[in-house]
Amino acid sequence: MVTRRYAVGAHYGLMDWLVQRLSAVVMALYTVLLLAIVLWNGGLDYALWTDLFAHDGFRLASFLFMVSLLYHAWIGARDILMDYIKPAAVRLLLETVIVVLLVAYLGWTLQILWGTP
Amino acid sequence: MKKRPVYLDLPRIRLPLPGIVSILHRVSGAWLLVAGIPILLYAVSRSLASPETYAGMKAGISHPLAKIVLLSLLWSYLHHFCAGIRYLLLDIHRGIELAAARRSSAIVLVVSLALTLILGARIW
Repeated sequence: MVTRRYAVGAHYGLMDWLVQRLSAVVMALYTVLLLAIVLWNGGLDYALWTDLFAHDGFRLASFLFMVSLLYHAWIGARDILMDYIKPAAVRLLLETVIVVLLVAYLGWTLQILWGTP
Repeated sequence: MKKRPVYLDLPRIRLPLPGIVSILHRVSGAWLLVAGIPILLYAVSRSLASPETYAGMKAGISHPLAKIVLLSLLWSYLHHFCAGIRYLLLDIHRGIELAAARRSSAIVLVVSLALTLILGARIW
């Protein structure tokens, strides 16, 4: 069986389309959770803030939020670059810069959540 | 293929309301990526480090320049959030008629601005 496979263009994006939406839902739920915690406690102070991040469940939720955010950001950035940056070399360069940045941010996230203070 | 006319005189293009919400979704997303993510990570790491750095961050957000940047990020997040919910509803075919789509785009603009004012007033 011969399958036509596209390396570029808009023919391979269904998975990304889905991830963009699922990651959005994860972020929305986390946002509502965080807002509810702050409102429930009548505001935010250092003790509540550090207690929150000492909690394994909250750290895991924050990690899921950040992974969703970074992947979501990648899909959005790729969409914008595909639409406005026509020269392939410039686009590839910008895409590379963004991927490197996002991976670095993931490292920073791990450092914040589970690294030694 | 028939040659189509290209009309890209940007100042003369009149975007309908859903088009304005759409381009603002892109602008806010790009701004959140460029400025929002690094500022978020920096703020969280500093605020968790010690009571002193937490107090420092709290004092820092009152600086006029920080206030402008943070308010723009707050609006970006809220607009992206509200417009995103609208797109999810459109995806499941809720409100796809012209009148409903125009109304929901107006709601997105108004609600995200109002929430920015309310949350901004509460934070500062």
